[in-house]
Amino acid sequence: MTGQPQAPQADAPEAESGLMVRAEQVHKSFGSLEVLKGVDLEVRSGEVCCLLGPSGSGKSTFLRCINHLEKINAGRIWVDGELIGYRQRGDKLYEMREKEVAAQRRAIGMVFQRFNLFPHKTALDNVTEAPLLVRREKRSEARDRAVALLERVGLGDKLHNYPSQLSGGQQQRVAIARALAMRPKLMLFDEPTSALDPELVGEVLDVMKDLARDGMTMIVVTHEIGFAREVGDSLVFMDDGVVVEQGNPREVIANPQQDRTRSFLAKVL
Amino acid sequence: MRHPGRWVAVAVLAVLAAMFVHVLVTNDNFQWSFMVDHMFRPPVIEGLLRGTVTMTICAMLLGVSLGIVVAIMRLSSNPILRVVAWLYTWVFRAVPRLVLLAVFGNLGILWSRIEFGVPFDTQIGQLFGIDNLQLRVFGFSSRDVLTGFVAGLLGLALSEAAYMAEIVRAGIQSVDEGQTEAASALGMSRAQILRRIVLPQAMRVIIPPTGNETIAMLKDTSLLLAVPYSVELFFQLDAVGKRTFQIFPMYVAAVLWYLFLTSILLIGQYFLERHFAKGYGRTERARLRLRSITAEAGGGGGTGGDT
Repeated sequence: MTGQPQAPQADAPEAESGLMVRAEQVHKSFGSLEVLKGVDLEVRSGEVCCLLGPSGSGKSTFLRCINHLEKINAGRIWVDGELIGYRQRGDKLYEMREKEVAAQRRAIGMVFQRFNLFPHKTALDNVTEAPLLVRREKRSEARDRAVALLERVGLGDKLHNYPSQLSGGQQQRVAIARALAMRPKLMLFDEPTSALDPELVGEVLDVMKDLARDGMTMIVVTHEIGFAREVGDSLVFMDDGVVVEQGNPREVIANPQQDRTRSFLAKVL
Repeated sequence: MRHPGRWVAVAVLAVLAAMFVHVLVTNDNFQWSFMVDHMFRPPVIEGLLRGTVTMTICAMLLGVSLGIVVAIMRLSSNPILRVVAWLYTWVFRAVPRLVLLAVFGNLGILWSRIEFGVPFDTQIGQLFGIDNLQLRVFGFSSRDVLTGFVAGLLGLALSEAAYMAEIVRAGIQSVDEGQTEAASALGMSRAQILRRIVLPQAMRVIIPPTGNETIAMLKDTSLLLAVPYSVELFFQLDAVGKRTFQIFPMYVAAVLWYLFLTSILLIGQYFLERHFAKGYGRTERARLRLRSITAEAGGGGGTGGDT
């Protein structure tokens, strides 16, 4: 199967139950450079979707469109039935105000390649910051939950360390705990292990596997074929701004249908 | 000898130092006892506290706050705010402080009263045939408001704000873009991100030049004579010198006073910088590592590789 021109449905795609993310013909350009040329994607609730592709294929950009860190130029993205970044009135889309976008982002956790922990705050404060400020949780409640989350990612003994005192793998695990503290229904991972020393990759992937087992819906941009094969429910291969091939990870990796997928996998496997 | 160059330098410096001390001790024109006697007189101390120390504190508080506002305007996505901020820094950096102080000190020539309300009210009134229409909300005599202190404060603070705006802008821009992204991905608003994430990190870059600005401000309070405002350290010392014809000793007194005040500021700057280096500093890191090592020695060594 090739790029999946499903019958373009009418304007009520939120009806399908169990669909967490739905993207329709997403286009994105930076100046004259068109990075996304009509991406379609569906991710069901509880599914782990791995985005694979050569660098420059647009997979990270697409991920950043899902929580509106990048504004899309055309197309639509729904998360849990809600149109992201825009409001539709009749046939026209109106861009949401900053506050509304911020509200939508609360339910979408994101983990970055370069961790982006707040360097002036301890691990614990990194995790409690958003719950206190955005969700207005009680201090004791936020703290207890942060401790539990940090223990879950194996950092119960590093609560009061600053990011500069942690290894890359530890920092990334704090970043995962920080995202989870907002009780997201969807987690986006943007090459979470690419900036790590090889021996630290495992500890981060372990935390992600644990999350997947718990039923978290995850979209993971990654180069870790092993992770995709082991944990992924679906694999999407992107190249040059379009989805080239998608399907069950084990099948796609073992038996890619497209030439581009085949040559990419041959290089990374 | 391992470092002959150093010993030569020490010898040369020793001779120079001896010459300097020789002048200080043997030249009667220093009038040391006269200087000590007069540099702590009440008018001098009052000038020191009001025109120098208080003015420095007030001008910096106002200047830094306004500077942050101008910097945020300068970085805003609103082009009008950007232009206004640019114009502000342009004007107030172009005019020397001495000139600014003279201008603010003499604003009373333009207006005997300062009033706020609808601009061009009488002119608009005439258009509609109303004579002498006055739409002024409130006002006060400029003699009451633009006292020497306030005029001086305005001149110094407004000029300081222009420099601080540039410093704050550089500080904000030094913070990694990823910080803003991570914070907005967590659902924080732009104001929250600025206040909780970006500004605290920018502080690390902002504090050292702000310390220098404070020291410069302390010294620039001696320009208040252009307002003119006389309750100020150098004006008072100078006045004593001119009255008693002992000018030079009082200038030495001024040098010593400014050295003393600046040294206090330097100590404060050291502690401030250390505070805002939290999470970055090498010493801090070493200290915490030491703490965690001792903690780990007590309990089983959980290095964190275990998930």
